[in-house]
Amino acid sequence: MSMKKIKNIYFDYQATTPVDPRVLKKMMPYFGEIYGNPHSRNHSFGWEAEEGVEVAREHVAKIINANPKEIIFTSGATESNNLALKGVAEFYGDKKNHIITCVTEHKCVLESCRHLAGKGFKITYLPVQSDGLINLEELKKSITDKTLIVSIMGVHNEIGVIQPLEEIGNICRSNDIFFHTDCAQAIGKVPLDVDKMNIDLMSISGHKIYAPKGVGALYIRRKPRVRISSMISGGGQERGMRSGTLSPALCVGLGEACNIYSYEMEKEHKTLTKYKEMMLEGIRKSCPDVYLNGSEESRVPGNLNLSFAYVEGESLMMGIKDLAVSSGSACTSASLEPSYVLKALGVEEELAHTSLRIGFGRFTTENEVKYATDVIVKEVKRLRELSPLWEMAQEGVDISKIKWAHH
Amino acid sequence: MAYSKELLDHYENPKNVGSMDKESEQVGTGLVGAPACGDVMKLQIKVNNKGVIEDAKFKTFGCGSAIASSSLITEWVKGKNLDEAHSIKNTEIANHLALPPVKIHCSILAEDAIKAAIDDYKKKNRKNR
Repeated sequence: MSMKKIKNIYFDYQATTPVDPRVLKKMMPYFGEIYGNPHSRNHSFGWEAEEGVEVAREHVAKIINANPKEIIFTSGATESNNLALKGVAEFYGDKKNHIITCVTEHKCVLESCRHLAGKGFKITYLPVQSDGLINLEELKKSITDKTLIVSIMGVHNEIGVIQPLEEIGNICRSNDIFFHTDCAQAIGKVPLDVDKMNIDLMSISGHKIYAPKGVGALYIRRKPRVRISSMISGGGQERGMRSGTLSPALCVGLGEACNIYSYEMEKEHKTLTKYKEMMLEGIRKSCPDVYLNGSEESRVPGNLNLSFAYVEGESLMMGIKDLAVSSGSACTSASLEPSYVLKALGVEEELAHTSLRIGFGRFTTENEVKYATDVIVKEVKRLRELSPLWEMAQEGVDISKIKWAHH
Repeated sequence: MAYSKELLDHYENPKNVGSMDKESEQVGTGLVGAPACGDVMKLQIKVNNKGVIEDAKFKTFGCGSAIASSSLITEWVKGKNLDEAHSIKNTEIANHLALPPVKIHCSILAEDAIKAAIDDYKKKNRKNR
């Protein structure tokens, strides 16, 4: 029996990235001949593994202008976000008990805050403007003398917008508040400098930057010093802040991924910008009523979150089935609720149902972008011919004026 | 989520897409669902003077299961009289397309749509008599 071969193309680089072959190559020896425990202090097997880990730590530190001593390795950005928020809260909680974050943060930040709210912390969830960015005046207004930490992510996973980190950092520093930022999606995409931006804690993920899943890092400032309570009890590795034997292979992978970005970031940014413009123009030229979600100016080029009015997102995904994208629509998840992020932007529910996130990255080719643009345009046109809402819009019926029976 | 062959076929090659003149006395129109819920179905039937549905058309905004459910029901109602069409159950649609549990509401919407179209036709023709 012969199977029709469908070539699948990956357009979901915000969900995860493939491991760069150069990263994998650096990792391989640590799965084989270099098997020592990096925490073994008394023999060459340990020293060799430790050296790999320490070089990696330097690479991670370098791309955010930190000191290697300020980097600890974790299992990923979820753990880093948990450790940053709960660790700081536990250490300083008896003095200050107010945390400021934002409604569009990643679930692991929101859930950590919810956990802390249960322990008596007061949480302020800043709203976002329609472009997905926080309002700095709102941030200033929500600060009290009990505010301990502000947590705002660098680049948004769903809509790709870049928050004004330097401005937020300034506000925090001048008010003597810690500034934590989840930079899982920002590393390698925007220039980051923990000193210039007054960042006190930063979460980093491996698998969003072409390193493997299962590794991440947390930057913790030493001057002025930020202290955290550890979440994992054990042998006191990672300066006592994260016990457990490190995986040298994973650490080396994260380090090499950062190292590659230290000299390829600009080039990659240019290529991705070209792709983004190609696709956006290609779609807009052929399809009216397509909206970009999140700021058009303050965003990373690898993320296009688009609403295709009058075409439901999941049906569109079915139509472009050889393109791996992500949907802002409800129907793909069990919750049947459209994205909380688009909702926070004020995107109406009916438009949120028509949204797709298309992500480009290092291994995307120009031909793939052209092909995808054609397929998306063709399918949007086909589904609009099927759509009663499109028909009404063409007849000049105001859909918002119709009394729909919600079910 | 793997969809059935029947469902994919109705999604990729939907039957009876289109619109009929909603002012015509022979035509009944059902419009159900809501854009904010992610699905809207418009289903129309054309009834001859013997009370038999001789044509049916649909347009659907919704996921693949909603499109397939409406395509299937337009196929089923053609040639049926109004009572027969009115008695089509959503479970028959769900079974035929092997809808996963989270998509059962699509078949319910299709059943609602045909009932709404029949009601609309009956209302129109009662008035005119």
